[in-house]
Amino acid sequence: MSNTPYALEMRGITKRFPGVLANDDVNFAVEKGEIHALLGENGAGKSTLMNMVNGLYRADEGKILLDGKPVKFSSPRDAIDSGVGMVHQHFMLVPTQTVSENLILGQKAPRFYINYKKLEQDIAELSRKFGLAVDPQAKIWQLSVGEQQRVEILKMLYQGAKLLIMDEPTAVLTPQEVTDLFKTLREMTATGHTIIFISHKLDEVVEIADKVTVLRRGKVVATVDGHATSKAELARLMVGREVLFRIKKKPAEPTTDALVIDSVSCENDRGLPALRDLSLTVRSGEVVGIAGVAGNGQTELAQVITGLREAKFGTITVQGQNVTNQSATATIDQGLAYIPSDRNGVGSSPNLTLADNLILKSYRKPPIGPGWRIDLKLVRSQAEKLIEQFDVKTPSADLPARLLSGGNLQKLILAREISRQPKVIIAVYPVRGLDVGAIESIHQMLIDERDRGAGILLISEDLDELLSLSDRIVVLFEGQIVGEVPPEDERIDEIGLMMAGTKVEHSHAT
Amino acid sequence: MRLKIEPRLETPRWLPFVSIVLALILALLIGAIPLAYGGLDPFVAYRQMFRTGFFEPYSFSDTLVKATPLILAGLGVTIAFRMRLWNIGAEGQLFLGAWATTGVALFWLPPTTPKVVMLAAMTLAGFAAGALWGAIPGVLKAKLGVNEIISSLMLTYVAFEFNNYFVYGPWAAGGFGLTAPFPRTAWFPRLTDFGDAVPAFRGMTAHLGILYGVVAAVILFIIFKYSKWGYELKVIGDNPDAARYAGMNLSRTIIMTMIISGGLAGLAGMSEVAGVVHRLQENFSPGYGFTAIIVAWLARLNPLAVIVVGYLFGGLLVGGDAIQPAGIPLLIQGIILFCVISADTFTRYRLRIVQPVASTATN
Ligand SMILES: Nc1ncnc2c1ncn2[C@@H]1O[C@H](COP(=O)(O)OP(=O)(O)OP(=O)(O)O)[C@@H](O)[C@H]1O
Ligand SMILES: [Mg+2]
Repeated sequence: MSNTPYALEMRGITKRFPGVLANDDVNFAVEKGEIHALLGENGAGKSTLMNMVNGLYRADEGKILLDGKPVKFSSPRDAIDSGVGMVHQHFMLVPTQTVSENLILGQKAPRFYINYKKLEQDIAELSRKFGLAVDPQAKIWQLSVGEQQRVEILKMLYQGAKLLIMDEPTAVLTPQEVTDLFKTLREMTATGHTIIFISHKLDEVVEIADKVTVLRRGKVVATVDGHATSKAELARLMVGREVLFRIKKKPAEPTTDALVIDSVSCENDRGLPALRDLSLTVRSGEVVGIAGVAGNGQTELAQVITGLREAKFGTITVQGQNVTNQSATATIDQGLAYIPSDRNGVGSSPNLTLADNLILKSYRKPPIGPGWRIDLKLVRSQAEKLIEQFDVKTPSADLPARLLSGGNLQKLILAREISRQPKVIIAVYPVRGLDVGAIESIHQMLIDERDRGAGILLISEDLDELLSLSDRIVVLFEGQIVGEVPPEDERIDEIGLMMAGTKVEHSHAT
Repeated sequence: MRLKIEPRLETPRWLPFVSIVLALILALLIGAIPLAYGGLDPFVAYRQMFRTGFFEPYSFSDTLVKATPLILAGLGVTIAFRMRLWNIGAEGQLFLGAWATTGVALFWLPPTTPKVVMLAAMTLAGFAAGALWGAIPGVLKAKLGVNEIISSLMLTYVAFEFNNYFVYGPWAAGGFGLTAPFPRTAWFPRLTDFGDAVPAFRGMTAHLGILYGVVAAVILFIIFKYSKWGYELKVIGDNPDAARYAGMNLSRTIIMTMIISGGLAGLAGMSEVAGVVHRLQENFSPGYGFTAIIVAWLARLNPLAVIVVGYLFGGLLVGGDAIQPAGIPLLIQGIILFCVISADTFTRYRLRIVQPVASTATN
C-alpha cells in the first residue's frame, strides 16, 4: 500500500442477486481529492457497487477500505456518519415534507426543537455557495424532477459528506445546472473532498473526470486517465464496439395532423400558470423537438396532452378526435403513447412484475384483456418477447420492476409504449439514464416509428439529441413557444439564446 | 457489543411461514403466563382448548360456525387491504348487514314467504346494507380525500348505536335489547336439519353461511388472479400515479372496492343472524369484524388462505369458550396478533450483533 491511503479502496468485491452476478471480483480505488467517473452499460453493476460503499447492500465477498481502514457499513446512516454520502438515481425524499425538513431527516441534531429560521438560512447559504437554487419551504411534491435532484445533492452536502457518490446526478439537470454543479465539484475536490460520479454522458465524463473506471457485465474492464481519454475510446470500452453518436435518417415525409394543440393554457401543481396560450401541431411522420430549460412547462405540456392535467383553456386533438380534458383512457385509445419523465413515480408500478408493468396500457382490450379477464399466458409470452426485443437485462419477467437497473427500467417503459404501434408519441427525456449503445438503438426505434407514420413530440434538454432526432425544433420558455428553428448545428447558439428567454429577431416563430 | 436492526435485502421464501409458526408458539408461551397467574395449568388449559376447538366430535361443526363470519368479513377486509384501503370498519358493516337482514325477516316480508325467496331477499339486504356502510368512507375518500381509517372506524360506533336504537326501541321484544325470533322460513339450513337423512349430522349447527364464505373466497381468488379488476386493484394499491397514467379510474375503483368490502362484511352479519342467533340483539357479535382484520392480515390477503386462517381462529374461539375466565381467549388472540405482526417485521429486518472493534462507523 502507498503512503497516503486511498480515500476509497474496494478489493475483490463480488455481489450476487438471485439469477444475476452484479459485481464480479471488482477492484476499484479512488484517490483523495479526485473526481472518479464510473462508466458502464445499463445493468453493468455501477449502482450496486456504489450501494455497497453506501451501506445499502453488503458485499458477498471482498473488502472495502476507507482511508486505509476496513469498514463494514450496515446502513446509509453508518456511511454518512463516516462521511460517505450518496445521491441516488431514484430519489429518496419524502414528498409531503418541505425541503428543509428533508434535509434534516435522519440527522442526529436537531433532537427536539427545530429552528427553522436558522435552518433555512443555512440552506440558503449552501444553495448560494453551490449554485443549487431551491425554495427551502417548498414541499417536495411541488418540485420538478430537476429541483428534487438538487435537494438530494444539497442534503448530502448539508450532512457533511467527505466522499460524495453521485449516481447519474446530471441526468436530470439542465446544461447550465451541470456547469454549475461541475464548478461545485471542483471547489469540493480543492477542499479535500472526493467524488465518485456515475454518468452515461461521455462528454461530461471527459470534461470533469480525473480518472475513469469502466465496468462491463459486473467486471472492471479498464481504468483510464480522464484527461487523456476520448469519447470514442470510452464508448468502445463500455460497449465493446464502435458507437454512432448521431443517428442516420432520411428527410421526414409528414402527412396529416396527428396532434393539434390549440391555444392551451394550464396551471402547475402550485396553481401558477404553466402553459400560456400554447399552440403547436405535430404531423404524422415527423419529430417535433421541444427545447427548453426544465421547469418552463415541459412536464405540464406532456400531462395536459395525455389527459393527466386539466386544460384551463384551449383544445387538444389527437387524430382528429377532441381529447381535451378527457380521461387518460381516451388518449390511450386514440393511440397516444407517453414516455413520462418520472419513470419510477409515474411510468411504472415498482412492486409489480415486469410482465404486469408491460400491460399497463393494453390490459383493457383484447388480445391481452378479452372480456372481464386478462390472458395471463399471452401476458407472459408477450413480456418475454418484448424483454428480448428491447434488450431489457433481467433474470426473468417475474422480477419486481423496482429491482431493474435505472436504464433497463427506461427500456421497459419504451418497450411498452412503442410496442402498441402508437399514432402519436409524447417522449419526455426518452433516453435519460441510458448507455450510449442503448441510446443509439432507442433513437433508431423512434426514427423507425416516425417512418412508420407516428407523429412524435420529443421533449428534451439535450440539444444534441434534439438536433439529431428532430425534423423541427420549437423552443419553450415560460410556458410559451418563443420560436421555431430548423435542426441545424449552426443554429445551436440561437436555440440557446431562446431557451434563456431572449427573443431572436429573424426566427420565424409560429 | 450491541444489537442492531437492519433491513433485509432478500427475504427467503420459507421465512414468512416459519416466522408465523414461531410467532404462534411464542404467543402461546406468553399466554401461559396470565393463565398460570389465573391459577390454571397452562398445559392443561391449552390441551383442553385445542381439543374442544379441533378434535372433539362436534368441533368441526362448531368451529365452522365461528369461522363463518370471520371468513366472510375477513374476505371483505382482504379486498380493501389489497388496494391499501384500510377499511377497519368491518364490524360496523357487519352490524348494518344484520340489521337489514332482520328488517326483511321480521318486518318487510311476511313470515309465509317461501324460504328460498326469504333467504335470497335477506342475503341481498344484508349485502346492500353492509355495502352502503362501506360506501360512505369510500365516497368520502374518493371525492374528498377523507382518511378511511378514521371514517370507517367511527361509522362502526354509529352502527352500534343505530342497532341499539332498534333492538331497544321500535323492534324490541320485551325491552331486553332483542328482537322477536325469526320465523323458521328465515333460518339458514343447518346440518342438523338433515339429521333424519344423515344421523351423523344430528346436533350439528354449521349452516349455509360457510358455503357463502367458500364461494366468495373462490370468486375473489379468481378476481385477484385473472381479472382486469384485480389487476387494477394491484396497480392502484402499489402506485396510484402509475394507475392514473394507465387511465384507471381511481375514485370509481375505490368506491367499488369499499362497496364489495362492506357488502362481504354485511353478509357476515346476515349469516350470523340467519344461521346462529335467529334474531337481532345487542352485541350479537363478539368483535368478528375486528378479528377479521387479523385473519386477513395473517392470510397475507390471500382469499383462499382466509378460509384456513378463519377456521383456525374459529377453533380458537370455540376452544377459548371452554377455558375460564372468559377474558382469556380474547387475551390470547391479542397476544397472537402482537407476535405475528412483530414476526412480520423480522421477515423484513434482521437483528445483528455488532462488535464495536469491527466497525468504525458507530459512535
Ligand atoms: N436488489 C436487487 N435484486 C435483484 N437484482 C438486482 C438488484 N439490484 C440490482 N439488480 C440487478 O443487478 C444488475 C446490476 O444493476 P445496477 O443497478 O447496479 O446497474 P447499473 O450499472 O447501475 O445500471 P444503470 O446504468 O441502468 O443504472 C442488474 O441486472 C439489476 O437488474
Ligand atoms: Mg444505476
